[in-house]
Amino acid sequence: MKAGKLVLFFVAGGLFGTGLAVSGMTDPARVIGFLDVFGAWDPALLFVMAGAVGVYGLGMLILRRVKNRDLNLPSATSPPIDRQLVIGSGIFGVGWGLGGFCPGPALANLGALQIEALFFVPTMVIGMLLAQRFFGADR
Amino acid sequence: MHHYTLWHALIGGILIGFASLLATVLSGKIPGISGVFGRLLVARTPDPPSQHYGATGKTWRAVFLFGLIGGAALSFALWQSAALFRPMRPLVVMAIAGLLVGFGTRLGGGCTSGHGVCGVGMGAKDSISATLIFLATAMVTVFIYNRVVS
Repeated sequence: MKAGKLVLFFVAGGLFGTGLAVSGMTDPARVIGFLDVFGAWDPALLFVMAGAVGVYGLGMLILRRVKNRDLNLPSATSPPIDRQLVIGSGIFGVGWGLGGFCPGPALANLGALQIEALFFVPTMVIGMLLAQRFFGADR
Repeated sequence: MHHYTLWHALIGGILIGFASLLATVLSGKIPGISGVFGRLLVARTPDPPSQHYGATGKTWRAVFLFGLIGGAALSFALWQSAALFRPMRPLVVMAIAGLLVGFGTRLGGGCTSGHGVCGVGMGAKDSISATLIFLATAMVTVFIYNRVVS
């Protein structure tokens, strides 16, 4: 049972990685092209987000109506917006715009041994450790 | 599949949404990549043993991320359009970017997947705010970098 669930976690990760690569989000030029709204704008990321947010939002809407004791879903109430969320997200955006990597594509490219990811992921680990050390692992 | 179109973007996005949904049902948590990865770096995850699904709370997280790397690697091997990788920045800039992404995502409680896909999909106000903020600072950063640095 436990092993079966872990296989499903692997499948979920596999679908996620496939989605990142197929959608072109592992290519930093496509991500930066989307963020470059005053340059040669590339709308691809908008289509990726539309597909992902649409499926996830609709799926959760349906799942929340399912009456099943075994179904354990995350809380629907969102925590208040605090200073850490605002500052942290602002800092993340600067890093995302600088490198064209967010954590998922960075890990996917690390697996493919892209030199950019080999420079990005170790410092990302340091940044995470610093934030977790001084602000806790759960916001 | 050799030529990239916006259909690839949409289909890839649908896969990401479905994968996130599956991982949410399996774990009972928002499976954002920064949170999943960040909790591999702490001594112990905050989950009760009933939600470990393996030897420790880290097991499913590691399995999920290995799946992500494997799925991407298979796609890179199968399709030219997926394998396209165009470096944009010097490696020293990538290292600085990594530090900011790591620190910012953990301080802000999520990244493009946790806040951007799952949180926005659920209509969570904190995630919608976070997503608007990181989109804005990322766009300003690209604007400045393209005009001042390069």
